[in-house]
Amino acid sequence: MIRHLLSIRDLTPDQVERVLHTAAAFQAEGPRITKKYPTLVGKTVCNLFYESSTRTRTSFELAAKRLSADVVNFSRSGSAVEKGESLKDTAQTIEAMGVDAIVVRHASSGAPHRLAHWVSASVINAGDGMHEHPTQALLDLYTIRQHHRSFEGLRVAIVGDVLHSRVARSNVWGLQMMGAEVTLVAPRTLLPPRVETWGVEVTADLDGVLPKADVVYLLRMQLERMKVGFVPSLREFSRLWGVDEQRAALMKDDALIMHPGPMNRGVEITASAADLPRSVITDQVANGIAVRMALLYLMLGGPQATQEPSDA
Amino acid sequence: MRPRATFAAAPLPPGSARGEATSLTFEPKANILDAGDVTRAIGRIAHEIVERNKGAADVVLVGILTRGASIAARLAAKIEQIEGARPACGSLDIGLYRDDIGLREPSALAPTEVPRVDGKVVVLVDDVLYTGRSTRAALDALTDLGRPRAVQLAVLVDRGHRELPIRADYVGKNVPTRRNEEIAVRLSEIDGVDEVLLGTDDEARLTEEAR
Repeated sequence: MIRHLLSIRDLTPDQVERVLHTAAAFQAEGPRITKKYPTLVGKTVCNLFYESSTRTRTSFELAAKRLSADVVNFSRSGSAVEKGESLKDTAQTIEAMGVDAIVVRHASSGAPHRLAHWVSASVINAGDGMHEHPTQALLDLYTIRQHHRSFEGLRVAIVGDVLHSRVARSNVWGLQMMGAEVTLVAPRTLLPPRVETWGVEVTADLDGVLPKADVVYLLRMQLERMKVGFVPSLREFSRLWGVDEQRAALMKDDALIMHPGPMNRGVEITASAADLPRSVITDQVANGIAVRMALLYLMLGGPQATQEPSDA
Repeated sequence: MRPRATFAAAPLPPGSARGEATSLTFEPKANILDAGDVTRAIGRIAHEIVERNKGAADVVLVGILTRGASIAARLAAKIEQIEGARPACGSLDIGLYRDDIGLREPSALAPTEVPRVDGKVVVLVDDVLYTGRSTRAALDALTDLGRPRAVQLAVLVDRGHRELPIRADYVGKNVPTRRNEEIAVRLSEIDGVDEVLLGTDDEARLTEEAR
């Protein structure tokens, strides 16, 4: 398996399948008197979160703890980062404490890549700026696989704020790698420059896409990243690109609604649409733990190559 | 909420399947059991389980994946013929409990499916008993599932060379082996044929030389 997971493109399709298969083993039904496995006892996982997060940090923490690894959490507030310590110094401090993996979230795209050069621990990207969120893509692939047998030819519409979304980038690349066909649905202002090089279809017409899609993946409007007006108003956005029950009724019978959370109910999705049977949003959260357990097992459960950081 | 979805598994990519009967370097030297022998051995073990436990009402058969699970299912069918009722049967993945985690590439995992074991007599079923380390891992995995009244061990082949204080309660055939030899159990459910072969395996030899 790979040493670092910085991008979903670090994985081959075979390795993605391996992660999904392994995750399924962690969701086996049946009686258990403990949720824990002894597998990673003695390993230490550090959550290094420079941006706020509920589900990703908690999910990684639970995943590591259920494999009996020790977990330490560093967040921006309450750490030396507040005193102006650089990422490199923080990383080397953590490294000196002997951690085996660093799960990092950072507002700057590419921060996990830099980190991986400085430390010998495994680095897992838990979201970097507007770049990537590979474990989200893996848990989304897993959730889709629960309902659709194959990714080959599957039609996935990714709707909304693509521009600011690391989830969109990792999902586009992950889905394409597995053979799915991706359509981005968004106003031009919420599409990144050079989107035409992504190899996806692009449209602004949600109602035209809904009847054909096997999965409708709604993105969160990242209002906190919007420094200028990307849409005239949120009401107009939700009228044109939000999914309500009426729009959901246009979808195929077996099509899924997905959302990475946290939802802006009433913006990209209405409360009633989020609670439809075809919505698998809470499944995504539950599956996230199993997928991250699989990843930690595959990345930390093998012989650890004692490699030196590539630049000190 | 829609009903909880089951995972529609795609076939594993080549090379990642677990528990191949033989690696590419396996060279058979002798046929230990043929198809008839396998059936008779499993039939006898089924009778022994029923005799020792005075029936099979409290017996749960738990096969260690992959081939142990197939043998457990055959034992359950045989016990049903004898007793008229089919004992509960399950399959156990021990990959997360192995004692060589961190020493080798992580093994592929499959879902564990075991019925309630509390207060039951669990018969662990494996294809080959060798060092005893798999059985140790299985006992630990079982402990996390519940508290059986007793645990017994059934194996198709006991090849010796124990490294832990573990013995089998039911044995299909005792086969004296050398450490650099390999036992290949092939079952029709997985390999299309029932047979047990003794042979040599480059990997086994190299591992032995490295000890």
